[in-house]
Amino acid sequence: MAKYVAGRLVESIPVLLLASLLVFSILHLIPGDPVDTMLGAAAFGIGDPVEQAKLVAQIRDQLGLNDPFPVQYARWLWGAVRLDLGESFIRHAPVAELIAQRLPSTVELALTALFLSVTVGVSLGIVAALKRNTPVDAGVMLLSLGGVSMPSFWFAMLMILLFSVTLNLLPATGSGSLDRLILPALVLGYEGTGLIARLTRASLLEVLGREYITTARAKGLYRRVVVTRHALRNALIPVVTVIGLQMGRLLAGSIIVETVFARQGVGQLAIEAILQKDYPLVQGIILLTATSYVVANLLVDISYGFINPKIRAA
Amino acid sequence: MVAAVVADKRRLPALPASPGPYRRAWWRLRADRVARASALVFLGMAAAAYLVPLVANIDPYQQSLRDSLLPPGSAGHPLGTDHFGRDVLLRLIDGGRVSLSVGLIAVAIAAVTGGLIGLFAGHFGGWVDRVLMRIIDVKLAFPGILLSLVVITVLGTGLEKVMIAVGVGGIPRFARVVRGSVLNTKGELYVEAARSIGAGNVRIMFAHLLPQTLGPAITIATFGLATAILSIASLSFLGLGAQPPTAEWGLMLAEARKYLRTAWWLAVFPGVAIMLLVLSVNLLGDAVRDALDPRIAGASD
Repeated sequence: MAKYVAGRLVESIPVLLLASLLVFSILHLIPGDPVDTMLGAAAFGIGDPVEQAKLVAQIRDQLGLNDPFPVQYARWLWGAVRLDLGESFIRHAPVAELIAQRLPSTVELALTALFLSVTVGVSLGIVAALKRNTPVDAGVMLLSLGGVSMPSFWFAMLMILLFSVTLNLLPATGSGSLDRLILPALVLGYEGTGLIARLTRASLLEVLGREYITTARAKGLYRRVVVTRHALRNALIPVVTVIGLQMGRLLAGSIIVETVFARQGVGQLAIEAILQKDYPLVQGIILLTATSYVVANLLVDISYGFINPKIRAA
Repeated sequence: MVAAVVADKRRLPALPASPGPYRRAWWRLRADRVARASALVFLGMAAAAYLVPLVANIDPYQQSLRDSLLPPGSAGHPLGTDHFGRDVLLRLIDGGRVSLSVGLIAVAIAAVTGGLIGLFAGHFGGWVDRVLMRIIDVKLAFPGILLSLVVITVLGTGLEKVMIAVGVGGIPRFARVVRGSVLNTKGELYVEAARSIGAGNVRIMFAHLLPQTLGPAITIATFGLATAILSIASLSFLGLGAQPPTAEWGLMLAEARKYLRTAWWLAVFPGVAIMLLVLSVNLLGDAVRDALDPRIAGASD
């Protein structure tokens, strides 16, 4: 087991390094000089050109932009490890601080959505599998197909139209209270709910066809006991992996959901930063998202090893 | 040796020509009811998007402030008008052209680049494979549209940039699938035979290995089109893609947010259009996958 965990840990290091290299390269791939971008076009064309050139040279030196690329990358990475992600061009505050302010709102949203999609998805999947080829099954499958094909921002608008505009039950925008969390979490969790429902259904049907289930039933155990005690344990193993993938969907999806519901989260901050060309902030958010995605998948893989002894042996 | 085989063949009794795997897949596809229905929806929307502007003289940008925010069913505006008095139906038709064209080009970018990477990695193996696949692994750290956001950060905003960004986001999946299919094929005897009569790397890769990757690649491309259309609409909705006054579905929905309380139709119809198009392409993808390889029916993502 220790070997399996160590193997997975070692595998994720190059992925993280490469991701960080890509994120770092953003500043060097953008057309034009980063210092010009930082100072803004407004600073040019006025004042003494010689003084300006001096200022630019001074800033370049301060930021270490004159050093070779690998040195710059190493310095940036060492900073990132210590949560020093530089300073925002626009907001003139440390990037880590700006993200930390917005993070609780996004984490709250993502965890609620994850909880919803796992509980609702697994329940719907079980119901669909047990009522196979009935209208209930068809309904669940249709619901899950909608989750894949409906754009989340449109589903969000429809929910606002129904619950805020027509029924006047829930607030349409903002963050900070429980009633403002319901709609965004529902929208963010919808796609995952459908996927988990489909997977649970398929996996449970597969397990229910195995011989040990027939044996358990033949022993005279109630169907309910066989399903909950015998079948579900094995059927839910693949579902655990999907939860890891869900973390990624949730992080990317929160960008859209936070924009529609005007929630002050990290996702909304990312879009603002991209539109304002606030590169250090964009870099910080993308690095954080990528890292948490890799770590989430790593944790799921490791827990998978605990749940499924076959993986450990392999 | 080759001549002897050909000479022998002439003396064999005439066998009925094998229909070949693609023709058989086509038959299976045509027999599939869901595939027929979704193809009908898809082709109908594509025909409306590309043919209607040719036949009728329409202008989705025609403003008429006196006719602004007319509800659906108003005279001359079956789906109503927006805040500038522009006809919603005409804008939907124009938006379909934008979504389909941009989506198809994005998929083409992903297919060609990803396909070449997969072909090289699979064929050469060794360090070429390791290096290329490590680069592709970066995708493991960038879920959903995050990789596209990185590209947009570098390139800037706009519809063409979003097209490239979504295309780049699709590269890893094509590379993986094509590589896997090349690895399966390159041990086949006919590849060895081609090599033994002196075929070079280029010839083996493009004439002998590439055709075998076509089946899986078509499946990925179909699903990829659905994903691309959704991503492009999402990014335009966020203000990173199409800019006003372009009639793009995601952008139309973003603009509709301001009129949610007064004009529900602006928020409903573009979404229905996106969903119909994406759903039909997704169902078509399911059917294409099952038709091309009936053995793996049911495995997705």
